[in-house]
Amino acid sequence: MIIDHPLLGPRDSAEFTYIGDASLMRRPDPATASAADWHAYAYLRANPAGTHRELWFHEGGDRSYLVVTRNTLTHEIEGVELARDAARAERTP
Amino acid sequence: MRYSGLRVIKEALTGHKGWTPAWRDPEPQAAYDIVIIGGGGHGLATAHYLASVFGERRVAVLEKGWIGGGNVGRNTTIIRSNYLLDGNEPFYEFSLKLWEGLEQDLNYNAMVSQRGVMNLIHSDAQRDAYTRRGNAMILNGADAELLDAAQVRREAPFLDFDNARFPIKGALMQRRGGTVRHDAVAWGYARAADSRDVDIIQNCEVTGLRIEDGRCLGVETTRGFIGAKKVGSAVAGSSSRIMDMAGLRLPIESHVLQAFVSEGLKPVIPGVITFGAGHFYVSQSDKGGLVFGGDIDGYNSYAQRGNLPVVEDVCEGGMALMPMIGRARLLRMWGGIMDMSMDGSPIIDRTPVEGLYFNGGWCYGGFKATPASGYAFAHLLARDAPHDTATAYRLDRFATGHMIDEKGMGNQPNLH
Ligand SMILES: Cc1cc2nc3c(=O)[nH]c(=O)nc-3n(C[C@H](O)[C@H](O)[C@H](O)COP(=O)(O)OP(=O)(O)OC[C@H]3O[C@@H](n4cnc5c(N)ncnc54)[C@H](O)[C@@H]3O)c2cc1C
Repeated sequence: MIIDHPLLGPRDSAEFTYIGDASLMRRPDPATASAADWHAYAYLRANPAGTHRELWFHEGGDRSYLVVTRNTLTHEIEGVELARDAARAERTP
Repeated sequence: MRYSGLRVIKEALTGHKGWTPAWRDPEPQAAYDIVIIGGGGHGLATAHYLASVFGERRVAVLEKGWIGGGNVGRNTTIIRSNYLLDGNEPFYEFSLKLWEGLEQDLNYNAMVSQRGVMNLIHSDAQRDAYTRRGNAMILNGADAELLDAAQVRREAPFLDFDNARFPIKGALMQRRGGTVRHDAVAWGYARAADSRDVDIIQNCEVTGLRIEDGRCLGVETTRGFIGAKKVGSAVAGSSSRIMDMAGLRLPIESHVLQAFVSEGLKPVIPGVITFGAGHFYVSQSDKGGLVFGGDIDGYNSYAQRGNLPVVEDVCEGGMALMPMIGRARLLRMWGGIMDMSMDGSPIIDRTPVEGLYFNGGWCYGGFKATPASGYAFAHLLARDAPHDTATAYRLDRFATGHMIDEKGMGNQPNLH
């Protein structure tokens, strides 16, 4: 698979480490989260067959985190953005 | 029809006209006591034990494609019970014992071959870990032997013993481990279950669960609604898709694992050999092909095919372990979808929905579990209580902190 890095252009996915579901960016707030919130965050996954937003770490490259939108049925990549930008976009209402 | 040597001779002399289909092709009935979703090894084994051990009479197995088309027919066929943790070892040893009596139980030749499983040791730390594991196995009634380098050399002289990076210093050997003809496992269980009136319904995809007031009443399928007092899901890599129909999220991610087969060679590899340093495992099929595999591709997938970087990685592992493999041509490769759980261990439990039961999270080690998985799931479905060897396989163990993490990887499914 080729991941089209927003800054570096197309890179082989073998340069990256897969981190998991992009929902991992939404860590519960330790001040208010319940045990059930932490359980859901750490262990439960939607695991869709189809479009999936996921985190990839460019370990063998610029060490940035990317949010890759990928189809888990076809391995086709539908979109790539810097995780930093994705997190900011999620935070601004 | 019972199979026997006499029968084979009789058929040979009469033009093989007497053979009948191994199982029926029934129309689905309106309702059953128990419906199993998934005609893989685990679903079919569950049906067999439900009928033969627990006396259930109205059981159906629903399979969206053809039985044996999933992971039961895609794996590298290795069976063993060399686990470490209390939650696992008794279960896998129970499974190995069932394998040992399987062919008599099913009246079917599944080619159970106890040719031995050898886990290679490359460092002192690994020897300590394998010694501990061997002791845990023996304490649980399994067999284990620690081999030194000279003993390994006698059994597998073709390995690269003096590899500068990963020298081979010995092995943990389980002689009762080995391989089984995987398709025959599906067919044998199907035939045995069918002979006890279990309906095996192929080309019948479950598309929804009918749930009212928190109770599962049956399944919606491509061949209409089928009612059931109890519904059990055993769909391997599709677990999340079925449980999503009940609004449940699971501690599971689906990942692809690839398998490889070389051209047929004369007998060269005596048993199963695993290369702990690089994650590579290999055995030789009865037709002569080297059957091997390695790591999963590492990211969520439902594609039933892998990608090339892992092909390269697996072949590198093979070359580092036994350079002669480079002379063999690769004939076939394919991928299967596994439900990788958050601690690398399976789940056999009731769900929060009344009447809905779950069997999954087998990761890439579920083939060896087929008999015990079926037995334990049948026990749960028939008696509403877990089988003795499967009490740790609870769905809520991630919330209560009772994970069974053989590898110590934490909640990283792709590393288990
Ligand atoms: C490449 C590879 C190598 C492996 N090697 C080994 C090994 O050496 N040793 C070992 O112990 N394990 C191994 N495994 C793991 C093992 O194969 C699996 O854990 C095990 O087979 C899973 O259980 P099963 O046989 O019931 O699954 P499957 O055979 O996959 O059965 C599930 C069935 O459910 C059906 N299904 C799915 N959704 C629906 C639906 N909606 N309606 C109806 N039916 C549905 C599917 O079509 C499928 O037939 C390997 C797996 C792979 C992929």
